[in-house]
Amino acid sequence: MLFDTIAAISTPIGEGAIGIVRLSGPESFGIVDKIFKANVDKLDWEDRKLKYGHIYDGDHLIDEVMIVKMYAPRTYTREDIVEINCHGGAVPLREILRICLREGARLAERGEFTKRAFLNGRIDLAQAESIMDLINSKTNKGFDIAINQLEGHLSNKINMIRSELIKIMAEVEVSIDYPEEDIEEITYDALGSGLENAALQIQNLLKSSNTGKIIREGLKTVIIGKPNVGKSSLMNVLLKDSRAIVTDIPGTTRDVIEEFLSVDGIPIKLVDTAGIRETEDLVERLGVEKSKSYFNAADLVIFMLNGAEPLSPEDHMLMEKVKDKPAIVLINKSDLEQKIELESISDIFSNEQIIMTSMSNESGIQQLEDEIKRLVFGIQIDQGNQEIVSNTRHIALLEIALKHINEALNATKQSLPYDFIEVDVKEAIVQLGLVTGESVASDLMQTIFSQFCLGK
Amino acid sequence: MIRTFDAGYYDCIVIGAGHAGCEAALASARMGVKTLVLSINLDSIAMMPCNPSIGGTGKGHLVKEIDALGGEMGLNIDRSFLQSKMLNASKGPAVHSLRAQADKHKYHTEMKRVMENTENLTVKQAEVIALNIENSKIGGVITKTGAFYKAATVVLATGTYLSSKIFIGEAEILSGPNGLAASYELGDSLRDANIELRRFKTGTPARVDKRSLDFHKMEIQWGDKEYELFSFLNEDIPLDEMPCWLTYTNVNTHEVILGNLDKSGLFTGTIEGTGPRYCPSIETKIMRFADKERHQLFIEPEGRDTNEMYVQGMSSSMAEDVQLAFMRTIPGLENVEIMRPAYAIEYDCVDPLSLNLSLEFKNIRGLFSAGQFNGSSGYEEAAAQGIIAGINAALKVKGEPPFILDRSEAYIGVLIDDLVTKGTDEPYRMMTSRAEYRLVLRQDNADARLTEKAYNIGLVTEERYAKFMEKTQMMQQEIDRIATTNLKAEDVNPILIELGSSPVLQSMKIIDLLKRPEVFYKHLECIDITRPDTLKKDVIKQLEVTLKYEGYIKKQLQQIEKFKDLEERKLSADLDYSKIDNLRLEARQKLDDVKPLSIGQASRISGVSPSDISVLLVYLEQMRRKKDV
Repeated sequence: MLFDTIAAISTPIGEGAIGIVRLSGPESFGIVDKIFKANVDKLDWEDRKLKYGHIYDGDHLIDEVMIVKMYAPRTYTREDIVEINCHGGAVPLREILRICLREGARLAERGEFTKRAFLNGRIDLAQAESIMDLINSKTNKGFDIAINQLEGHLSNKINMIRSELIKIMAEVEVSIDYPEEDIEEITYDALGSGLENAALQIQNLLKSSNTGKIIREGLKTVIIGKPNVGKSSLMNVLLKDSRAIVTDIPGTTRDVIEEFLSVDGIPIKLVDTAGIRETEDLVERLGVEKSKSYFNAADLVIFMLNGAEPLSPEDHMLMEKVKDKPAIVLINKSDLEQKIELESISDIFSNEQIIMTSMSNESGIQQLEDEIKRLVFGIQIDQGNQEIVSNTRHIALLEIALKHINEALNATKQSLPYDFIEVDVKEAIVQLGLVTGESVASDLMQTIFSQFCLGK
Repeated sequence: MIRTFDAGYYDCIVIGAGHAGCEAALASARMGVKTLVLSINLDSIAMMPCNPSIGGTGKGHLVKEIDALGGEMGLNIDRSFLQSKMLNASKGPAVHSLRAQADKHKYHTEMKRVMENTENLTVKQAEVIALNIENSKIGGVITKTGAFYKAATVVLATGTYLSSKIFIGEAEILSGPNGLAASYELGDSLRDANIELRRFKTGTPARVDKRSLDFHKMEIQWGDKEYELFSFLNEDIPLDEMPCWLTYTNVNTHEVILGNLDKSGLFTGTIEGTGPRYCPSIETKIMRFADKERHQLFIEPEGRDTNEMYVQGMSSSMAEDVQLAFMRTIPGLENVEIMRPAYAIEYDCVDPLSLNLSLEFKNIRGLFSAGQFNGSSGYEEAAAQGIIAGINAALKVKGEPPFILDRSEAYIGVLIDDLVTKGTDEPYRMMTSRAEYRLVLRQDNADARLTEKAYNIGLVTEERYAKFMEKTQMMQQEIDRIATTNLKAEDVNPILIELGSSPVLQSMKIIDLLKRPEVFYKHLECIDITRPDTLKKDVIKQLEVTLKYEGYIKKQLQQIEKFKDLEERKLSADLDYSKIDNLRLEARQKLDDVKPLSIGQASRISGVSPSDISVLLVYLEQMRRKKDV
């Protein structure tokens, strides 16, 4: 047997009411039989049926659980799999994992379940990577895209482009290998338009990739504004409106609060710099390296102004900083008497960017969410069934393929001999094949699988 | 079984003296190994039973490579050609493909003469009816007359002679090609040795009487005025050129054929063998491409001393009277007289998956095979395998490791890797598009790619090696010279302007001028005063190609580096794939069949998926780690 038995906590540690510890490998049934006690005959277990019982560490009760056994090869990894559904929260999950490891399982490496699925021939490369996205995806929209990819949308699309290129190649090759046959030779024009068409299709796929990246990683959004302008209230309103996914991400410093929220399926990573000492001078605070880097890396800046006050010098300085970024200006406290100089603001920002809000009656929130959507998806609000490239490696491969096609196009325009043009077309075909796993470079696996999060 | 007698011992015995057999026997003998070549008929040594030409797309590359290795094919066609043409001359230098029309009889006599006068080589007429194999090791061969020749190695190069059958309409004739005796007993002996045989088919068009043709109705086809030769050793050979002729079929031709399909062996189902897709008979062409109104035919001379003309494009297995009837519908052929009718031929061959990259059988030590017997088609493909089989038989005798060219080194490498790794379902023809690294595998650099390698194994003569070194040196000196010699702007600009190339502002190095696509050596001749008079044509050509396409060639070299990385991850030949559970069943079987030598080779096997390759990679890694512990 090539593989041993691995185990991992398969659900995020944190809020969930239920958590799952998963085992895969030849020993997984044996291990579970040793630690699980139930009122039924263990041998009686049917494939993929939940059983109720308890996990014990010796005589010591650990948790009340539901367990499912899945028999090879009809499983995710094509090996025997057990999933232990226990109570969420760190303690029961870690305890159960600890016992499994003690009984002979090995802690799974990053991406090892998926790696096994892949090595056992269960999924192709693009699918494997989609599964990674599926696990990492923070909200529903991302989920849909991951599912789409999983079903091979992207693979189909890429295979289509690839086979079109192969078709063009075939025409070129025929004229080279059969120069004396009575076959019409492909013209540079025909070759050029075929290549242009392929380039265009790849460009379209790549256009969707920015959207894809945001959907996978979240829209990095920074809220800035003077103290007491209503930043915390905005955050609270947004969070109340949507489902907070993760709070207090470990590893981030306490002085910056990061929240994940979802606006109609678009994950938003909201950074409130409010955690940094409020008393400090605001402009100076922006100069603080950390805030600066957040600000610079932001996909979107939400700039809040107090509508009930005239613009301060600080506000003017902030406007200068914000104007070159994708930004939404919220003029808050719209329920109070407005004293702000609207003209100075609309000199700098477009009408769509300026939204009047009031945190006390939650007005303007819908406009804000609409504007965020518009920014993320450009003009196409609904992606429907379109292919969205959301994986960094796919993007890189498509970009390389596009580069080669462009070089081939260039050579076509210079009327270079076909055998030179063909070098780049062939390379583009190879690169496209790498997305769907049609051809393999040996360092590929390593790169891919190191990207996977633990447990899948 | 007849009484046998001891006929002596040879280090290497080659069965068959066609294009594969000749190169195999010559290579082995030239490497100092005592060699015997046996042919059913010595008058058929290096016989060309089909087209009267050598070379062509992909094939020209093979001939140049055989020559660079010290083989005979290039030299022999240079002695016997009637016309020469560089195909694809208007396309890039990588796909320039030389093809020469051959005087078939001269090609045969010249090759026979060379064979007869080669040291260490014995040429005999005999039909081998059995192999002597003991403990999975070759021991010798037995002939029809009872001679038992012991041998350390044997090369099978039986071509289309093995259990062959000829079809002309309803006539089925037990015969080898061209009416020569075939071999009907050897096949059983091979089957007894657990060599699985299968049936392939090929065909050849009619030969017609020159006096019965009206050439006024055809287009004359001359070769190149300034022609290149095949062999690196030859520089100038004068030529009294003979032309070919072009004519076309028409709807009448097609009607006659369609009306008589019941008289074709191909369509009545009597032929079992698999024929090649790329070389269809005229009846297949008309059936498959029904909307095509005409098909072209080339009428080519078979030799200087014969009236026989070859009708290229008219391969057929139809009845002789039907052949005559449809040919007479063609302009210029209205009164044609057939001298030899077209025929289809079926023969036994081996599945090349049973061979190693060295062309040695996996299950029988010392037994090699080459040529059409391995499922290929064409003289050049046969010769290419022949020289490799001969080399490896000789190396085996000497106890040295096999000589294997990979896909990035030679078309020969592509050919053999394709055959033994992917197998073939039809007679395999070389095509330039089969080579991934075409820009590097050019005709003009075949010597640079291969001569040194062949010299190291003792195949290349001192004469050739000295000439090769001389060229290499000349090339280096010339590169140094043009990289340091400047041409003045006022001298070079008039030339550049005339060529439509942008003028230079200050003096420029020759090497940089030559990198421009429109500037060639000949253009700079009058102002390049330090150019040595001795500079050879082939040096100039090779330099121009490498300079002008430098960027592309570099790109390809990078691809080759990646390729080599996978080729260098070796797999042991005794790896038991059935023990690697995570491989899919199909992959396990295929890997077990092929026994690839590297991950790279494994990845080219059909039925082995990327995930199987990753299983193998994981497995190799595990083995490596275990070893380290």
